[in-house]
Amino acid sequence: MLFSTLHPAPILMHIPDGFLSPMVALVGWVIAAVGVGLALWRSREALGERQIPLMGVLAAFIFAAQMLNFTVAGGTSGHLIGGALAAILLGPWAGILTMTTVVAVQAILFQDGGLLVMGANITNMAIVACLVGYGVYRGVRLLAGERRWGLLAGGFAAAWTSVVVAAVACAVELGFSGTSPIGIALPAMAGVHALIGIGEGLITLGALALISVARPDLVEMGRAKAAGGFRWTLVGLAVALALTLLSPLASPYPDGLERVAENLGFIEAAQEAPYTVIPDYTFPGLSNEALATIAAGVVGTIIVFGLAVGLASLYRRRRAAEA
Amino acid sequence: MHIHALDSYCPGTSPVHRLDPRVKLLLTGLFILTAALLPEREWGAFGVMEGLVLLTTLLSRVGLLRVQRRSAVALPFALAAVTAVFATPGRVLWTVPFLGGTLSITESGVVRFLSILARSYLSIQAAVLLAATTPFPDLLWGMRALRLPRPLVAIVGFLYRYLFVLADEARRMLQAREARSAAPDGRGGGTVAWRARVTGSMAGILFLRSYERSERIYMAMLARGYDGTVRTLSPPSLRPTDWIVGALVGGVLGLILLWGRM
Repeated sequence: MLFSTLHPAPILMHIPDGFLSPMVALVGWVIAAVGVGLALWRSREALGERQIPLMGVLAAFIFAAQMLNFTVAGGTSGHLIGGALAAILLGPWAGILTMTTVVAVQAILFQDGGLLVMGANITNMAIVACLVGYGVYRGVRLLAGERRWGLLAGGFAAAWTSVVVAAVACAVELGFSGTSPIGIALPAMAGVHALIGIGEGLITLGALALISVARPDLVEMGRAKAAGGFRWTLVGLAVALALTLLSPLASPYPDGLERVAENLGFIEAAQEAPYTVIPDYTFPGLSNEALATIAAGVVGTIIVFGLAVGLASLYRRRRAAEA
Repeated sequence: MHIHALDSYCPGTSPVHRLDPRVKLLLTGLFILTAALLPEREWGAFGVMEGLVLLTTLLSRVGLLRVQRRSAVALPFALAAVTAVFATPGRVLWTVPFLGGTLSITESGVVRFLSILARSYLSIQAAVLLAATTPFPDLLWGMRALRLPRPLVAIVGFLYRYLFVLADEARRMLQAREARSAAPDGRGGGTVAWRARVTGSMAGILFLRSYERSERIYMAMLARGYDGTVRTLSPPSLRPTDWIVGALVGGVLGLILLWGRM
C-alpha cells in the first residue's frame, strides 16, 4: 500500500473522527486554539519574516523524519513522532506551530487523524508533547549544567516522556468520550507508548548527538530563544500533572471496567490497581472520594514541585559557589 | 517510485471538482459534525449519509474503490473502541471465556461499537473525497478565506511545497541504508541500540539538510522581493451554483440530524 511508505508503522495516536464525543472534540479545539494562538503571538514577537519559510521547511522535515525507522524485533519497528525533537531544536513555541501544521496536513491530505477531532490531536501531539518534552529537556539540562550528557540524556528523556504523556492525553480523551474505559485505555496506551517512546528517545538522542557535533550553534539555538529554563520545567510538570488529575474523572461508565474485572474474576486485583481509585463514582457529580483523589493529587504535585525547586536552588547555589 | 504518488488529489473536471473549495471545506466539516452528533443506533440516518457519500463519489468520478481503499486507513484504530463491547453496561448477549474468567458482550456495547465505527467510516470517506477532488493550494486559500491565522496557513503552504522533496530525500537515505546493510535472512544487522543510533544520525542529517535548504529558500525568496507577507490572488466570489449546492447539501444534512435526533 502506498500509504505505508509515509508511515512505516501506524502511529496509534492519530485519533480518527467518530472516536471522540462532540464535547471532547470541542474542548480539544479550545485547548488547541489557546495553545496555538499563544505560540503564534510569542513567535511573532521573537522572530521576523525569516521564520515562516524556516518553520515550513522544518515541518516538512518532521513529516519526512517520521518515515525513518529501524527494525526492533518480530516485524515491529521504532520510528519518530517528533514533538520533543521539534521543541528542542526550534524552541517550544515554534515547535508547537511546526507540529500543529504537521498534524493538520496529515489529517487533511492523508486522512491520518480526523478533521473534527483535529483539535484533540493538536492538543496531544503538538501542545502536550512539545510543552512536556521541552520542560523535561530543560530540567535535565539544568541539572547537568554545561556537560554533554545533559543534551543526550535530556533529549532521550524529553522524547520518551513526550510520547507517553501524549498517549495518556489520548487515553483520557477516549475515556471522557465513553469510547474506551479509562481503566483499560490508560494502561494500554501508556504501556504501548512506553515501548514506542524508547525508539523515539533513541532516534532523538542520535539526531541531537549528530547535530551537536556538526552544527553546535543549532542545538543552542532553541536554548537562546527561551531563557528561564526552570520556568519551562514547571510548565511541563504542570501539564503532566493536570492530565494525572483529569484521568480519574475520565469515565462516564465507571462500572464498565469493574464489571469486566468481576467477570474475569479478578475484581480484587482491579481495585488495588492505581487506576480504579474511585470505583463507585458517577459522572459528572463529584463524590467525596473523587475530591479526596484530587486533593491527594494536589498534595503530590506540591511535593514534586517542592523537590524540583529545592534541587534547582541547591544546584544554583553550588554553581554560584564554584564561580 | 516518486513520493508524489502519495498526493491524494485526483485531477478531474466533475461538478464536485469545480465546486468552490470554501463550500467544500464547510460541507465536509458539516457532514462530519452531523455524523458526530447523530445518536447511537440511528442506522437509517447513517445509511442515508453513506448514500450521500456514495452519490458524491459517483458524481466526482474519482472511483468508488479508490475512496473505499483510502478510507480503510482509520480501521486499525477501531481496536481502541473494541473494549466498549464489554465495558458498556446493558443486556448480556453472549459470554465468552477469557483468561480463565468470562467476558460478557452486551447489546448496548455492540451498538456503541458499531455506531463509533459508522461515524468514523462516514467521516473519513468525506475527508478522502475532499482531498481527492480539491488541489491542495485551493484548500489552502479556502482555509485562508475561512479566516485561519495567516502565518499558520503560510507555514502549511511551505510544508506542502517541501514535503515531497524532503520525503524523497528520506526515502533515498533509507534506500542507501538498505544498500549498505546486507542481511541475508531479512533481519537487520547489529544491535537494536546501534540500529537506533544509525536512524538517529539519519534524522540528524535530514534535519541539517532541511535547515540549510530553508536558508537557501529564504535567500532566494529575499532576492525575489519577499518581505514576510505571502501575496495571493484574491479569491473569486462564489458562483450561484456554489450557493445553491452549499444550501442544498447543508439543508439535507440538517434534516438528517433533525430526523436522527427526534
